[in-house]
Amino acid sequence: MDVISIRDMEKKDIEEILDSAEAYAAGKKKSPLSGKVLATLFFEASTRTKLSFQSAALRSGMEYIDFLPETSSLKKGESFEDTVKTVEGYADALVIRHPKEGSARLAADILGKPVINGGDGGNQHPTQTLIDLYSIRKSKGRIKGLNVTLFGDLKHARTMRSLAYALGMFEAKVTLVSPVGLEMDPLYVKELEDRFSLQVHVKTEPEFSEADVLYVCRIQQERFADPMEAKRVTERFRIKKDDLKGAKDDLVILHPLPKINEIEGAIDGMKQARYFEQAHNGVPVRQAVLEYALHK
Amino acid sequence: MQVDKIEMGTVIDHIRAGKAAKVMKILEIGENYPHRVAILINVPSKMMKTKDIVKIEGKVVSEEHANIIALVSPGASINIIRNSAIEKKFTVALPKEVSGLGRCANPNCITAEGAKTKFRMEGDGRYRCHFCERRSGAEELV
Repeated sequence: MDVISIRDMEKKDIEEILDSAEAYAAGKKKSPLSGKVLATLFFEASTRTKLSFQSAALRSGMEYIDFLPETSSLKKGESFEDTVKTVEGYADALVIRHPKEGSARLAADILGKPVINGGDGGNQHPTQTLIDLYSIRKSKGRIKGLNVTLFGDLKHARTMRSLAYALGMFEAKVTLVSPVGLEMDPLYVKELEDRFSLQVHVKTEPEFSEADVLYVCRIQQERFADPMEAKRVTERFRIKKDDLKGAKDDLVILHPLPKINEIEGAIDGMKQARYFEQAHNGVPVRQAVLEYALHK
Repeated sequence: MQVDKIEMGTVIDHIRAGKAAKVMKILEIGENYPHRVAILINVPSKMMKTKDIVKIEGKVVSEEHANIIALVSPGASINIIRNSAIEKKFTVALPKEVSGLGRCANPNCITAEGAKTKFRMEGDGRYRCHFCERRSGAEELV
């Protein structure tokens, strides 16, 4: 079973993965994947996704082989298709990250082994979305009915698009907060509203007093034509400790990481800050994803 | 304006005015096509005010291929000519799936690297790229 896009998954599939991840995290489950080999093919940089997949493989009794683009035949001009076809013969499943959107789907179409999308350009990062859902459910005990604020550059962040889709599936209430010009594509928002009857509120000023979950992503300064405007916006959309005075006491702050300066360092030590725990949740969730991909 | 009859080939009528060039592109008829082709642009039409017409000698267009024309000109009519007579006539309909034709509007889509394109129509009539998931209007594909 390939894991390419959150769009391909039904709610029951996601719940199955979240339940399985919970069992792995609690040490209540033994992986059936002993002896299998995972290939990690990251055509662009990654810290958390790559390492947590490799850790998940090892904790599941698997071995992994790692493809390094800088020392591979890519340097000789080998195509993406030829590369993945070759690696397919060395492993039981492949995790692929590639800057081109649709690359994981292309690999899944031409390979017989399961392909897991580790991020394809600005399109999808389904296992990050599963980690986000897992982290929300673990922190709050549920997803349905929660007020989730997505905060930052909602135009370019793939994690936000996928998460908004999944939150619609799980009947959460979503507030989108982004600077002018970095809003989520209105056609995409309309699609979510139509498909899931998702309640979406759009704001262009930092405000999260009603939020149960605040999901932050980086505002990419390089997206702005005017550096002064970039500086002004990133400063206004930087979350400071004082901003949390009006927030709910049990607010949960998540971030896909890496964070640069969009969250003040003093917040890291607060009980609401759960983003490092979220990153650590990547291991049991990806153990569950590997089992889903190889055993479904 | 007089255009000769053709013995075998395809006549595409009721093309939206100005879209004949795109129809030619869809049918992959370029400068090396070996037979006669007539392209009439801005022809007066009672129904459409103005329309384009394309007459292609020596090529019978399949219904599946012809339906791609609906992406740029819904309502175009196809006349298949054999032995100088109309053998079959139909109006193009938007295809549910477009495969191997058109291009994704997303410059960062893997199909921009040469992978074969594939689009599926969604409920609202827009097309979603099978690979990068970008949604496009019908005309954006060609």
